[in-house]
Amino acid sequence: MTGVWIAVAVTAAGCYALKLAGLTVPQRVLDNPRVRRFAELVPVALLAALIAVQVATSGQSITIDPDRMAGLGAAVVALLLRAPFLAVIVAAAGTAALLHAAGVS
Amino acid sequence: MPEDSAASGDQEPAAPSPGSGPARATPGRNSSRGRGPAPVRDGIGLGLAVGLSGLAFGAAAVSSGLSTWQACALSIFAFTGASQFALASVVATGGSLIAGTAGAILLGSRNTLYGLRLADLLSVRGPRKLIVAQGVIDECTAIALAQPDPPAARAGFRATFACLYLTWNLCTLAGALGAGRLGSPQAYGLDVVGPAAFLALIWPRLRAGRTERSVAVGGVVIALAATPFLPTGVPVILAAFAALAGALADPAAPLRGPA
Repeated sequence: MTGVWIAVAVTAAGCYALKLAGLTVPQRVLDNPRVRRFAELVPVALLAALIAVQVATSGQSITIDPDRMAGLGAAVVALLLRAPFLAVIVAAAGTAALLHAAGVS
Repeated sequence: MPEDSAASGDQEPAAPSPGSGPARATPGRNSSRGRGPAPVRDGIGLGLAVGLSGLAFGAAAVSSGLSTWQACALSIFAFTGASQFALASVVATGGSLIAGTAGAILLGSRNTLYGLRLADLLSVRGPRKLIVAQGVIDECTAIALAQPDPPAARAGFRATFACLYLTWNLCTLAGALGAGRLGSPQAYGLDVVGPAAFLALIWPRLRAGRTERSVAVGGVVIALAATPFLPTGVPVILAAFAALAGALADPAAPLRGPA
């Protein structure tokens, strides 16, 4: 539990420091087109990776969880239909929950 | 959850809803351009909608093995959803806490880049910078960059930050307290809330161009390929190399005038 508290504290401090750093660093850094492009692309790469890891892995093995895949599929459909953010979440969670319930029974 | 992108492009700061949809009022097309901006209204709407996902974070965090206070501490002090979800998921899977922490912090690094964009626009100096900094996240950035002038940008930023911070933290607490009574997170599909939220947040980026889609696919491939060999959390960090490759292959256009 102590370890988790340390992780929480370091994460919080690190995230705050990163935010503050951006407001403090000289603007010239963004003059470099590659730096600016990297800034745009980092969330795309990391969040896509997180999606894959959370949906298709379990520990250190690749495992396709049908409930989660279906939930993510529902999110894609909702996004294609231009649904608002919360509707996307509800569609995904609802689909996964329904399949989970069906699988259990 | 206070996360998403869409706050980065120079050319298309217009869409007030960065992947979260509440401001996308007009169906089909983006017709908000001609009308007067409503930075406060948009900010509050986005703050409420995204802040409600704090329920999901609170519940997911406690289901992952964090205590209620740990979940609340993350929302109060880290206040950046993807990092919070990332740390919780590492705790849940029993992965390396060091790698998990590193991954969560790396996920927060894009806020630095948002800060670079916002510093000029918000023109904050002195001690106020310490408070404003906590609001440098996807949603506030997206709303601020969508405004036509600096005063509107500041108003939008403040409204989004205040509303989202309050809602996100109250909902985190409520979700954490309720989680014990909920039972298994899978029963409610809570295990896909994180992935679905991340997808919604990067969706506008994925539609923006081929480089974005290639980078996303690259990130997925890197993370999955590295998963069997590295501790949990590390593969996600490595996915940053996909962004690096994309940036080297397809740099941003030179700045035209003041951004």
